[in-house]
Amino acid sequence: MKIALPVDSNSRETGICPSFGRAPYFLIYETETKKSTFIDNSAIASQGGAGIKAAQVIIDQGATILITPRCGENAAEVITAAGIKIYKSASDSVADNIAAFTQGKLTVLEEIHPGLHRHGAN
Amino acid sequence: MGPTKMKIAVLSGKGGTGKTFIAVNLAAAAQNATYLDCDIEEPNGHLFFKPANLQSEKVTVGIPFVAEKLCTGCRQCVEFCRFNALAYANNKLLIFDEVCHSCGGCILFCPEQALTEKAKVIGEVQRGISENVTVLTGMLNTGEPSGVPIIKKLLEKTATDDGLAVIDCPPGSACVVMESIRDADYCLLVAEPTLFGLHNLQMVWELVRLFEKPYGVVLNKCLDGDNPAEEFCREKQLKVLAKIAFDADLGRLNSNGIIAFRANQKYQKQFAQLLQAITREVQHETAVNP
Amino acid sequence: MKQLLILSGKGGTGKTTIASAFIKLAGAKAFADCDVDAPNLHLVLQQAVQPKRTDYYGMGKGFIDIDQCSDCGFCAENCRFAAIKWDNTYYQVDYYACEGCGVCVEICPVQAVSLKPDIAGEITLYANATVFSTAQLKMGSGTSGKLVSAVKKEMQMAAPEDAELAIIDGSPGIGCPVIASLSGVDMVLIVTEPSLSGISDMERIIRTAAKFQLKMAVCINKYDTNLSNTQKIEAICEELNLPCVGRIPFDTEAVKAINKGQSIIDIDCAAGRSVKEVFNNAIQVLNNSGGI
Repeated sequence: MKIALPVDSNSRETGICPSFGRAPYFLIYETETKKSTFIDNSAIASQGGAGIKAAQVIIDQGATILITPRCGENAAEVITAAGIKIYKSASDSVADNIAAFTQGKLTVLEEIHPGLHRHGAN
Repeated sequence: MGPTKMKIAVLSGKGGTGKTFIAVNLAAAAQNATYLDCDIEEPNGHLFFKPANLQSEKVTVGIPFVAEKLCTGCRQCVEFCRFNALAYANNKLLIFDEVCHSCGGCILFCPEQALTEKAKVIGEVQRGISENVTVLTGMLNTGEPSGVPIIKKLLEKTATDDGLAVIDCPPGSACVVMESIRDADYCLLVAEPTLFGLHNLQMVWELVRLFEKPYGVVLNKCLDGDNPAEEFCREKQLKVLAKIAFDADLGRLNSNGIIAFRANQKYQKQFAQLLQAITREVQHETAVNP
Repeated sequence: MKQLLILSGKGGTGKTTIASAFIKLAGAKAFADCDVDAPNLHLVLQQAVQPKRTDYYGMGKGFIDIDQCSDCGFCAENCRFAAIKWDNTYYQVDYYACEGCGVCVEICPVQAVSLKPDIAGEITLYANATVFSTAQLKMGSGTSGKLVSAVKKEMQMAAPEDAELAIIDGSPGIGCPVIASLSGVDMVLIVTEPSLSGISDMERIIRTAAKFQLKMAVCINKYDTNLSNTQKIEAICEELNLPCVGRIPFDTEAVKAINKGQSIIDIDCAAGRSVKEVFNNAIQVLNNSGGI
């Protein structure tokens, strides 16, 4: 299966990015082959709706798990609709998070923050 | 004051300089006038006018709605949308109403015509009467991306009016301010005597010149001592139509939502004079630039 | 690093004046001006270093190549923003009305329309021992939520390791820029004034901020201009269970200080003395780990 993580750079030493929607890259980790691929997050240049676009990016990569420190409600809606499970990252290290996930030590991300565009009601 | 067909926009760049105070009192000073509150995020004019016979009209924009049976998952709409309001997951099209900017593109370009338009309420326009003034208030619902459609609706309502319209503009110089002054015959720039006030006066001065609107300045809340805004006007030769002194009593009237023109002779005179001065400017402008 | 945001709903209540005082009182090593439409903080907190300036790109604006254009008018007909007009000679895009949606580009039968990159503002970052992030949105631009997020991000990324508290001067209103500034902060201080407008706007901003999980407090500026409204505000705060962290008197000395480019705590004045108390109370709320 494929695990997606938002990361700060596309080098091996990269740390986890605090933002999901505007992370410059995603790291896609294939659990069977243990291979990592970096993909550009095209959402980063967006004026708005970055989370939605970023969600589409990881869906299209075939990820079934997302490990992230934060996630906005619009992105979460898309990700959940695709059947992807969202886990809260435990540290800044990619390797540690993947290990923690494999050992069943990560928790599901509970706090989904409000989108930067609000729903109607005054 | 005779009935003069004229649209005066009152703007300031900075909030809290007295835009609403001046716009409200100018409208009150006319024989009859329409007051338009274009500060749709925080409209305050109605707190002074307390308009009666209130009628409200919702303002809507078009949002896409998908007929799932017709959708083939081609994703052309997702790829087209520059606002990222659409996503495709698990064979379903997801539409994010509050991110959509209502450009209509996805509806136009869907090859299966699976997308149609539905209305989404983004705010409302309220209309009421307060003595000689028709009060039109625009209100934007919290968090909506653009208030421009509400301002357009407000201005539409006065397009064919023959009398005086006073437009209370939002602070700043963003697109909502531009929309508010689009139809104005004259722009009144309100400046307060602080460094911040001056900085923001410069912004709106640039804006009115860009739109080639005739303009003049009102110096408000004037105190003794340095007035950076006044010095600036002198230096750059901006016409100052009135200087209103800071006055604690006036402050109290305002903070209690009382219209100074209707409560106090001194302000009655001051605003009647200001209205006359603006009328002269507009008439002069029309004569010179027909 | 904790983040304290200062908002007001209504303009002119004293956000920037209070923010600049807080920055000095806290010895804050990181601060930002998120009022990107009309930034003022830099006028009171002059910086010695040369800043890093970055262009901020907006949505892109429609551009019609008149050599390719066949004058069919489809673009103008389909523009929902009335941004394309016939100019007596050719069709032209109104730069300020254009929202960069791209419908004109897609619909043009002869590919005469394109979207050109548009510089909608500039981000300025002063970074040495302290970090100050600010930006200016170009006139007529819209949707500045992204620019606000960019200002905060620049501050966060450049902030010194040992910066404990960041102070953010917010923008008036309740729209996207305000929502963007609220995201991720630990506490918001709402500055209000005792007028009907001030109260009305305060209530709107409280409703807006309440949608986020963060601490909230209120302070009343120019409180002595209307004591009965001040009491009204304090009653509202009590009803909503919001801490009222203090009152600041109207003070002409404060205006004089600001006009000299100084903060109100740089001189001895009534407002300056009161803001110190407000600051201490606000910090207590911020550090209070219990619920409000």
